[in-house]
Amino acid sequence: MPFFRLGPGAGQDVGRSCILVSIAGKNVMLDCGMHMGYNDDRRFPDFSYITQNGRLTDFLDCVIISHFHLDHCGALPYFSEMVGYDGPIYMTHPTKAICPILLEDYRKITVDKKGETNFFTSQMIKDCMKKVVAVHLHQTVQVDEELEIKAYYAGHVLGAAMFQIKVGCESVVYTGDYNMTPDRHLGAAWIDKCRPDLLITESTYATTIRDSKRCRERDFLKKVHETVERGGKVLIPVFALGRAQELCILLETFWERMNLKAPIYFSTGLTEKANHYYKLFITWTNQKIRKTFVQRNMFEFKHIKAFDRAFADNPGPMVVFATPGMLHAGQSLQIFRKWAGNEKNMVIMPGYCVQGTVGHKILSGQRKLEMEGRQILEVKMQVEYMSFSAHADAKGIMQLIRQAEPRNVLLVHGEAKKMEFLKQKIEQEFHVNCYMPANGETTTIFTNPSIPVDISLGLLKRETAIGLLPDVKKPKLMHGTLIMKDNSFRLVSPEQALKELGLAEHQLRFTCRVHIQDPRKEHETVLRVYNHLKGVLKDYSVQHLPDGSITVESILIQATAHSEDQGTKVLLVSWTYQDEELGSYLTSLLKKGLPQSTS
Amino acid sequence: QQQHEDLSAKKLRLTKPSKSAALHVDLCKATSPADALQYLLQFARKPVEVESVEGVVRILLEHYYKENDASVRLKIASLLGLLSKTAGFSPDCIMDDAINTLQNEKSHQVLAQLLDTLLVIGTKLTENPSVRMRLVEVACKHLTDSSHGVRNKCLQLIGCLGPVEKGVAKEVESQAAKDVQKIIGDHFNDQDPRVRTAAIKAMLQLHERGLKLQQAIYSQACKLLADDYEQVRSAAVQLIWVLSQLYPESIVPIPSSNEEIRLVDDAFGKICHMVSDGSWVVRVQAAKLLGSMQQVSSHFLEQTLDKKLMSDLRRKRTAHERAKELYSSGEFSSGRKWGDDAPKEEIDTGAVNLIESGACGAFVHGLEDEMYEVRIAAVEALCMLAQSSPSFAEKCLDFLVDMFNDEIEEVRLQSIHTMRKISNNITLREDQLDTVLAVLEDSSRDIREALHELLCCTNVSTKEGIHLALVELLKNLTKYPTDRESIWKCLKFLGSRHPTLVLPLVPELLSTHPFFDTPEPDMDDPAYIAVLVLIFNAAKSCPTMPALFSDHTFRHYAYLRDSLSHLVPPLRLPGRKLVSPPVSPSITPHEDPSQQFLHQSLERVYNLQHLDPQGIQELLEFTIRDLQRLGELQSELAGMADFTATYLQCQLLLIKALQEKLWNVAAPLYLKQNALASAAAKQILEETYKMEFMYSGVESRQVVIIHHMRLQAKALQLIVTARTTRGVEPLFGMCEKFLQEVDSFQRCFISELPHMQGSFVDKLLDLMPRLVTSKPSEVVKILQTTLRQSTFLHLPLPERLYRASANIIEPTGESDNPLRFTSGLVVALDVDATLEHVQDPQGTVKVQVLYPDGQAQLIHPKPADFRNPGPGRHRLITQVYLSHTAWTEPCQIEVRLLLAYNSNRSKATAKIPKSTWSESTDALPQSENGIEGTIPFSKPVKVYIMPKPARR
Repeated sequence: MPFFRLGPGAGQDVGRSCILVSIAGKNVMLDCGMHMGYNDDRRFPDFSYITQNGRLTDFLDCVIISHFHLDHCGALPYFSEMVGYDGPIYMTHPTKAICPILLEDYRKITVDKKGETNFFTSQMIKDCMKKVVAVHLHQTVQVDEELEIKAYYAGHVLGAAMFQIKVGCESVVYTGDYNMTPDRHLGAAWIDKCRPDLLITESTYATTIRDSKRCRERDFLKKVHETVERGGKVLIPVFALGRAQELCILLETFWERMNLKAPIYFSTGLTEKANHYYKLFITWTNQKIRKTFVQRNMFEFKHIKAFDRAFADNPGPMVVFATPGMLHAGQSLQIFRKWAGNEKNMVIMPGYCVQGTVGHKILSGQRKLEMEGRQILEVKMQVEYMSFSAHADAKGIMQLIRQAEPRNVLLVHGEAKKMEFLKQKIEQEFHVNCYMPANGETTTIFTNPSIPVDISLGLLKRETAIGLLPDVKKPKLMHGTLIMKDNSFRLVSPEQALKELGLAEHQLRFTCRVHIQDPRKEHETVLRVYNHLKGVLKDYSVQHLPDGSITVESILIQATAHSEDQGTKVLLVSWTYQDEELGSYLTSLLKKGLPQSTS
Repeated sequence: QQQHEDLSAKKLRLTKPSKSAALHVDLCKATSPADALQYLLQFARKPVEVESVEGVVRILLEHYYKENDASVRLKIASLLGLLSKTAGFSPDCIMDDAINTLQNEKSHQVLAQLLDTLLVIGTKLTENPSVRMRLVEVACKHLTDSSHGVRNKCLQLIGCLGPVEKGVAKEVESQAAKDVQKIIGDHFNDQDPRVRTAAIKAMLQLHERGLKLQQAIYSQACKLLADDYEQVRSAAVQLIWVLSQLYPESIVPIPSSNEEIRLVDDAFGKICHMVSDGSWVVRVQAAKLLGSMQQVSSHFLEQTLDKKLMSDLRRKRTAHERAKELYSSGEFSSGRKWGDDAPKEEIDTGAVNLIESGACGAFVHGLEDEMYEVRIAAVEALCMLAQSSPSFAEKCLDFLVDMFNDEIEEVRLQSIHTMRKISNNITLREDQLDTVLAVLEDSSRDIREALHELLCCTNVSTKEGIHLALVELLKNLTKYPTDRESIWKCLKFLGSRHPTLVLPLVPELLSTHPFFDTPEPDMDDPAYIAVLVLIFNAAKSCPTMPALFSDHTFRHYAYLRDSLSHLVPPLRLPGRKLVSPPVSPSITPHEDPSQQFLHQSLERVYNLQHLDPQGIQELLEFTIRDLQRLGELQSELAGMADFTATYLQCQLLLIKALQEKLWNVAAPLYLKQNALASAAAKQILEETYKMEFMYSGVESRQVVIIHHMRLQAKALQLIVTARTTRGVEPLFGMCEKFLQEVDSFQRCFISELPHMQGSFVDKLLDLMPRLVTSKPSEVVKILQTTLRQSTFLHLPLPERLYRASANIIEPTGESDNPLRFTSGLVVALDVDATLEHVQDPQGTVKVQVLYPDGQAQLIHPKPADFRNPGPGRHRLITQVYLSHTAWTEPCQIEVRLLLAYNSNRSKATAKIPKSTWSESTDALPQSENGIEGTIPFSKPVKVYIMPKPARR
């Protein structure tokens, strides 16, 4: 039964995530991301791939967005409004809240600043968000009668979720991006032993095992602390959401702990709005924040204040978080230019920088930068690099697979070479099939679906009562009638089946004659047979009836003398088909003859 | 005669209507099951006397058989269990009936409840093997029940009552007794997870009761580790741990290879694996148990801290390794290069094991866990393993240091404590010390103090390390001046542990210059004192050091030696009169001069029998004064000195009281004197309670003496009352009570009596037969003479004696700003106090708040409010809720700490078997010496508060 198809984007690529899954006749699109590196059509997934003719809405049953990063949700307004999709879109509450802010921000940059056309509008974002259905963690949402989805916590960013998609007894888990080690503001991803047929997992860090987070945090704090104590200024270029909040919490708690007084600033705008949502969605954060928010919401920063352009010239130590993260434009670059000349100051790059940006240049050790207007900027300030990334590393991925116990694994969102290594590892350790399809490639996975059959409680109880206690490991034999009617299977007792079908019951009896050489009288033979059976069949009730017949349970045995040869007795054994097993055993027993020693 | 007895029995029943009868009537009246249930519920609220239990049980059983409604039967079954618990009631008489009820029961719930009742009965009759046998048999019979509840209870019953001794099984030839382990083991594969859990728990129960589990279970238990249900996994981890302790050295094969390893190693690996389980309950369980697996081989142990890093398939060094390398290459950690963590060599893809079945990285995972419960458990386990293995201690250091930066304070605190506990095994590297010291700026006082404790017993390897520590501690001092004492103490130990490392630092620290005179530092500067404490303590074992001191240093030494004698040791300084005589090594602590002095003064006192009354009093007064002064000077003898001084004080009071003229004067005239004598008696009583409960280390020998003194005081009280009151009526009661006390004294301390020749009680006991029969007035007379003639008892001193003391750090009582709050509402006052030498502070220490209107409020702090930073020391950090009606102006309230005592709890009386009493007796007479009271043991602190009237 083919049930999986990898969709237009993703695959062996970190960029636009977009996966199409067909499971038991249902089509689900997982994530709808865009590629940040392109400015042309390649930016969005090729949705014509999904269906050549016919509307998307008819083809897709639902769309699921795992988290708010643009490479997972950036193409959503384009997809729903410009290509045209009216079905339900599922995402978690925080994602639904934050996603439109990011989309709007991105739209502004592309349309207003770069002046591009043929891009979605604000109204489209709004319309698109109206189609979104928000889900809670661990809430099972029935999309239609057969398709159901369920969200699990994924760490990574606020509101990130893994989704389980289930049709009948076939299921797929899509992880989105996730993080198996907790950080300062989010917990670790968790999933129960749901044993899906397929686990689609990201594999960004397929070949990396990371050091403990604590060392990195300590280094970061130490550097900031030392600089501030020296009276220097610290610039931390960040992107508005995700890591920025983690670093804020880190610094805020450190300031609190160490009783420090130097001011911390955060560039305003987008971030304030985002912080507001972090405050609201406390249940999505880590244990510490969840436990202490009654006393104080950790996101109500005491030491971190809004930044004003004029503050950059203030004397004395300070720490400033400024956007954007790669020092390529905007506020962070302005501040950098002001502070670069002083060796007391420091800039900490908390993430990866794209080639060509100022961030990349200074990280690679360049000390003289050529700015606009042929100005040469000499960088005397210290430059630090600190990686705070929230993807699961190879160990984390393995851990998740161990938790979920899937029957097949599929790797996406990573580089082919790295995935190869992980694939081999997964197959070796868990003995499950692992796939790593390329973009646009379709993978088909055959499942071995189990078919549920309803059984009446009475029958179940009756059947389990017979014999020993049920053993989990061994299949158990049951007697009943299977009725297949209206697409459903039911196992009922024969009587009920007869009643339902309006049939009369027929008795089926097997009768068998066994010849025994015995010169004695009939009733003596009967007695001998009785004694023999009684001796052999200890667990059954063997009775000698007054009319000269023997019953073993419900099996009847009668003896008559042979009409021709008086020395041969004919034993008539008769049983119903239900007692077939015992009956045939009895006949074979009697055929062996009676032991001589008895009587 | 027979009839007469019957009659009396009947009479008794009439006066006290039987509970069973009432119940019977009630139950018969009940028309519907709901009614009956109501009656039973009401009945269950009231206790039942021991003697009527059986009757009640019979009635209940009778109704049980009649009852059709399952819920009522369930309640009856639970009542049966409750009743069998009644103390003093032996349930063997109802066992047969209880077993019979099982026969025809159809409802699974009732069946489970009945089995529960049988369990109660069984646990009360554990000494009777045949009863146990029978119950186990019953349980085995019901193991095939289809309801999980019934199977659960059966397994529980087998676990609690199954035969533990091998011999019994042979004698009693029954099916059940054959092999309980096998029966329980069969249910490891039950279809219901609850039953599986119960089976494992039953197995653990058997182990606890002393049955040696078979090794064969191990493989079964290992399979259970992969169960779908967390309770099963959690219990299985425990079972595996138990087996690993039982058969550590057995050899088990590794599946999928031909190798074999020790069972304890295998189990260790498996439990390590569970540290990354999906359920945090299991993770906590696993992490905790790891700590107690000390037989595991070091090779496996060290793997737990190992996590091979890689980046793009190339090997990467951990930050720890980098730090170590930098240190060993002599370069101080810069950490400022981008890419100094750049990956190095390529890794063979086949060799990388992503999910190890072994112990790899278990602690790395545990310490990074999401839940702080797991992290704490991991830290604790780390601590225990490190204590037993020095090489592991060295290795886990980096990880512990990392934990100092955890986001949860409890975890930080726990890791600091852990580090302290293993500090004997380790020496801190400079970069580690750096991280440790960074925590000194923490705003939490707990953390800072724990860190000071840690530094007290840390080994530092270089002089730079010492310097760094000193600089950081001084920084700490300027930031948090309240830490003064703790920092000084820390430097004291740091100095005395590392004299050779301090030596080269001395000129710099004292800022002396070979040619120039430097200005004399300010003597009152706490930072300067801190430096001096470090240097003087180092100088104690480094005789060359004083040569580096400048003149004023010597002067400062003399001053500090006097004012802070507990921090500054005696030094042998060249060309100076020694402040205290040098302690020659041959003298053992016992012959310490001050100790000698203590004993001498006591010796002197014991001879006072031979002095005239005036002389006795003077001698006692002098000795008391000496002792008190000694206690102030020598802190280690303070407890001892105070204790003896208090005792002598009591004696002095007694002698004074007895010498009053009042005894010779006619009754009406001595009202005034009477006040003095009775006050003395009262004070002696109080002092004796203090002696008994405020000192830790008091042994039973001292307790006798204290009780004896108390008895004397009571006698004095009796005499005084007899003298002052008219009429004999009240005296009867008092005499009776006193004689009872003498009696109980005799019972409690019968073994000590031979040592009390010629004492008051000795004489009293001789006269006992006469006392019992004589009139109160005569008793008083006899008491008076014996009291006068009795000798003074020697007080043997125990080895160590510490007086409980408390010091309230917060509130400081210095604030002039009143704490304002609206009347009728509450305000929380933070109380922070240190307690020394208090045993069981959770039970005894109370906070008292005294309001200006005389109203007193007693607050029992929560057990969690007490921390235990070191042996014999406790810290109370709690919140006290204040409330009052409105005042017109702010006023001061007093806050103090009390030590509650209950003489029942005293060590001596604990030996008397308590009379068996059940909860059913409502008004229990206070046992004769169950006096409860409180002793204030801290200085009261005044807090300014102002309840404002509520605004309308």
